[in-house]
Amino acid sequence: MTTTRAEIGGSGGDSSPPSPYSLAHLRHVPRRHTHRWIAAALILLAFGWVVHAFATGQIEWEIVAQFFTARAILLGLVNTVVMTVLAMLLGIVLGVVFAIMFMSPNPVLKWVAWVYIWFFRGTPLMLQLLLWFNLALVFPTIGIPGLFEARTVMVITPFMATLLGLGINQGAYTAEVVRGGILSVDIGQTEAAKAIGMGRLTTLRRIVLPQAMRVIIPPIGNEVISMVKLTSVASVIQFSEILRNAQTIYYANARVIELLIVAAGWYLIVVTLLSIGQYFLELHFAKGAAPTGVRVRAAAARERSI
Amino acid sequence: MTGAPMVVAQDVHKYFGSLHALNGVSLEVARGEVLCIIGPSGSGKSTFLRCINQLERADRGAIWIDQELAGFRRVGDALYELTDAETSRQRASIGMVFQRFNLFGHLTALQNIIEGPVTVQHRPRAEAVDEAQTLLERVGLAAKRDAYPSELSGGQQQRVAIARALAMRPKLMLFDEPTSALDPELVGEVLGVMRNLATSGMTMLVVTHELGFAREVSNRVVFMDEGAIVEAGSPQEILVRPQQPRTKDFIAAVLP
Repeated sequence: MTTTRAEIGGSGGDSSPPSPYSLAHLRHVPRRHTHRWIAAALILLAFGWVVHAFATGQIEWEIVAQFFTARAILLGLVNTVVMTVLAMLLGIVLGVVFAIMFMSPNPVLKWVAWVYIWFFRGTPLMLQLLLWFNLALVFPTIGIPGLFEARTVMVITPFMATLLGLGINQGAYTAEVVRGGILSVDIGQTEAAKAIGMGRLTTLRRIVLPQAMRVIIPPIGNEVISMVKLTSVASVIQFSEILRNAQTIYYANARVIELLIVAAGWYLIVVTLLSIGQYFLELHFAKGAAPTGVRVRAAAARERSI
Repeated sequence: MTGAPMVVAQDVHKYFGSLHALNGVSLEVARGEVLCIIGPSGSGKSTFLRCINQLERADRGAIWIDQELAGFRRVGDALYELTDAETSRQRASIGMVFQRFNLFGHLTALQNIIEGPVTVQHRPRAEAVDEAQTLLERVGLAAKRDAYPSELSGGQQQRVAIARALAMRPKLMLFDEPTSALDPELVGEVLGVMRNLATSGMTMLVVTHELGFAREVSNRVVFMDEGAIVEAGSPQEILVRPQQPRTKDFIAAVLP
């Protein structure tokens, strides 16, 4: 490189004018990004105005602080988080099972999965919650004849109805996400697994699903975050999650905005923590993937752990 | 090369829609024989190979592997289709090497090799790891045991794929254009591994465009075109003194 440049730039010696291709006397001038600075200043100004408005508006921040850790709010928070986790687990299990059924060569399984996805994606979540909650109207008692029997109203508590409603509804969506993930894995992986004598389900479990996870996790992460907030729909069937408890409090003390801020704060905290968890999960399933940003960080993490 | 033939194919037909991909292929492969199948693309070579380990099901005809009928159980004169589990068991004794390697992307080289022995054959993990190490040494990749496929070159991936197939202790190895997806400078290392394998007495069926390899290593060469075997014989007979005009044209076009 250097010899080439010397040849081009300085071949004429001292007396001749510098070649137009000479680099020695040139310097870089960075771009100024004037528009960026103006935009940033305007946005900061607007943001400052909003903060000022809320700070001087009719919001009693002491009330916000006081209720942020109120017993009812924390109980609602626990209910929200527990329900998110359980409904999501149910949704993922159902999603994987129905995705595999949907892709099965057995036409009966395929048809059952199709009907499941059709029904639970095709009706509103709130309607499904109400259906589960009012199951007693259809089946006064439930159970397995001869083994056990129970009155439906005792079994289908608000908690149970919410779990079934959210989980089964989620399963229908997750089934499509999982199916997309499975389809994204190269058919050669399945053939190679077959060639070493793996059956269909072993191939799915050992070879296809682990690689599909990379495609499945971002949308599932999205759905977990969505689920955190969907639990609030269950307030219609008296499930005491955080928003419902905040409402109960402000019906009593009329501090509407303060309690909504409390609820919003907790939702943001939970969602932020979940996003961090998703990042590490993606790191884990990036094993062996093409060298993207996540992949490189995973490699670095692996090296550190060795 | 004694005993019953390793592979017997009898009048195998395969259709893809209206395409008659295999048009009555009959072939015997002796125990320990290395047989190369050559022919233009679309001639049905790969389809035939895939019928042998039932990645494709033959529409007509039958294939026996080591005297066992592939895909069916015979009771009297009735043929019963095998269950998925029985088909998997048959496949486990046949090694397959693919054009596109198809290493499991989420597993390291070592994990790729022990996956079959541990998951399918339920052999003790420690034993499988020991054997995998030996196989990695045999294909010259002992240093790459913890590398993921994306960290390996094409030639290295294909050598791991061969080791993965061998880890199942197969009685027959199928190679489906194993060097066609490789950069030219990487072809030699894969052919080298295959050459050693041939010397060790493995029965090998190789679909290839490497006529040099076919001439040096194989016992017999089969030329296929339009879903049928046109000509079969010793490497000399097929590659040097072909009788059929189609074979002559193909050899003339492929050889520089």
